[in-house]
Amino acid sequence: MAEYKTPYAGIAGWFDQRMPTVMAEYRKHLSEYYAPKNFNIWYIFGGLAITVLAIQIITGIFLVMNYKPDANLAFASVEYIMRDVPGGWFIRYMHSTGASFFFIVVYLHMFRGLMYGSYRAPRELVWIFGCLIFLCLMGEAFFGYLLPWGQMSYWGAQVIVNLFGAIPLIGPDLAVFIRGDYVIGDATLNRFFAFHVIAIPLVLIGLVVAHILALHDVGSNNPDGIEIKKNLDANGKPLDGIPFHPYYTVHDIFWLTIFLMVFFFVVFFAPEMGGYFLEWNNFIPADSLTTPSHIAPVWYFTPFYSILRATTEQFMVVLAIGTIALSALILLTVRSPIVRGAIAVGTLVLLLGYFTLDAKFWGVVLMGASVMIFIALPWLDHSPAKSMRYRPTWHFWLLITWVVAFVVLGYFGTQPPSAAGQYISMIGTVIYFGFFALMPWWSRMGTFKPVPDRVTFHPH
Amino acid sequence: MSTSTSVPAGDAPAGVDKERRNAIALAATVGGAGAVALAVPFVASFAPSERAKAAGAPVEFDVGGMAPGEMKTVEWRGLPVWVLRRTPEMLQSIRKVDGEVADPKSQRTQYPTPEYAQNEFRSRKPEYLVAVGICTHLGCSPAGPFGSNQNSQLGADQGFLCPCHGSTFDLAGRVFKNKPAPDNLPVPPHKYLSDTLILIGDDSNA
Repeated sequence: MAEYKTPYAGIAGWFDQRMPTVMAEYRKHLSEYYAPKNFNIWYIFGGLAITVLAIQIITGIFLVMNYKPDANLAFASVEYIMRDVPGGWFIRYMHSTGASFFFIVVYLHMFRGLMYGSYRAPRELVWIFGCLIFLCLMGEAFFGYLLPWGQMSYWGAQVIVNLFGAIPLIGPDLAVFIRGDYVIGDATLNRFFAFHVIAIPLVLIGLVVAHILALHDVGSNNPDGIEIKKNLDANGKPLDGIPFHPYYTVHDIFWLTIFLMVFFFVVFFAPEMGGYFLEWNNFIPADSLTTPSHIAPVWYFTPFYSILRATTEQFMVVLAIGTIALSALILLTVRSPIVRGAIAVGTLVLLLGYFTLDAKFWGVVLMGASVMIFIALPWLDHSPAKSMRYRPTWHFWLLITWVVAFVVLGYFGTQPPSAAGQYISMIGTVIYFGFFALMPWWSRMGTFKPVPDRVTFHPH
Repeated sequence: MSTSTSVPAGDAPAGVDKERRNAIALAATVGGAGAVALAVPFVASFAPSERAKAAGAPVEFDVGGMAPGEMKTVEWRGLPVWVLRRTPEMLQSIRKVDGEVADPKSQRTQYPTPEYAQNEFRSRKPEYLVAVGICTHLGCSPAGPFGSNQNSQLGADQGFLCPCHGSTFDLAGRVFKNKPAPDNLPVPPHKYLSDTLILIGDDSNA
């Protein structure tokens, strides 16, 4: 201890003398973390996501103090929180609104990544941790949705757990295993409670730490999609970088206040958000004998749910044609005999599977693939420029087409099944997967604009 | 010991003591097996408890008081079991759609139909349908029964509609073609104890 002379005064110095890690980490992640100076508004959502995570954890702890994870008591205990616990309604509405806002923020955060190529090398791990966070978030939302034990809680869980029942051979036993009973019941509620309040949050926090550590090792991307570490000053600091603290902390706090205004407006004036954030049917206690006449997942799951619904026997033909076309494209453009052989065998196996296993199973496979496919992005995109700013304009419009397909799928996922919705969902599913499946080819095509050496920045 | 002396800074010496390495491998294998064995009780705790297994006792239901065309729901093992008293006109509607349903003779084996119900009306007595009202797609309970032209998804046909993913079934619980549900509605094991008294959940000696 005597050897180390701290440069800090006061309390910081006292800590630094005894535990230098604290100030070292403060420098590494805040005061000397150099972020590109050309961040725009798309760069606020990571920080907002952390804020929402904090809101969820804090409100969640307080909800658990009054909630009862018991099939006979759960629904009433939520109503007790809403009516009798002082301020209980406020805490619960923050938690339920937070769930939807978490997804809004994360979807915008992911769109930013798609737009500026933030998943490209060397940020693959940042992106993969992010995808795993997204998966955990979906798990967290799903497990949490059972807890109020309303009709939508019950039948939503019934549908999702039965997805696993579609797996050939082991499916039905696996579904029983997940439920811990032959129907969704008290055992299911208890284990979902355990997952929601402790298991997934622990994993989620670990992944968030990994996501940020991986980001701070390679440095942030920026709207120009160029590496600021390539241009360093005499001290080895990036010429186009500014310390995260105080510059971006102030920037983020400004946007955080605006975000919180919107957030609390919803909490106070529209916590149900017209049945999108809290579904009407969930104000009816769970009844294992009657499914509500219209059931749909909460809005943030509906794009994936639409893909599930679109996969009928009819769609298997489309899927077969798509698979054949894709494998023909690979056989025509890839030289490696190993890849070609694997693709030929894989295609035959898939085609055999399409027409021997139920369409229901493939619906589950496609829904899973639609979430997992994001992980493959760093290896699907072969564009010479990372950012859409320097890619052909039509690349941007292709991305927007995909976003539109995502939103349209989401819309029809909230609607009762209909013939028109069915066909539109099929088209949406084709666009959704076509965007990714053909990316290795289309991302190289077109005229790219010259990528500048330094970031584009106009001082205010 | 190897004679090589070029050791990268911070790395272990290049020479390998085979005996120590084998000891490490052995210890790691035994320890790993122990860790796997330890996981068994945790994973096993996910299976249904003895209490859940015991909760499946058969239930009795008397169809005596049912009006023609009426449907009642009975709870068995937590599942909704439908008992529908079908009119001759309803039975006619089933006969009419033989060509439009996916598995008209109930021969698929995913949810095996009991032998005594492997007929057109999927029942012991044509008049009474006994079926588990849980869609074989993802487990929602279909709505209905709908009469002719009462439901846009069914059109002129009579039957049930699953609100979740739009599967439609005729009044014998047979799923229509090109719908998400692959199987007909399951027929639970059941038997008639008397002319009107049905025992649901048990079909032994019947």
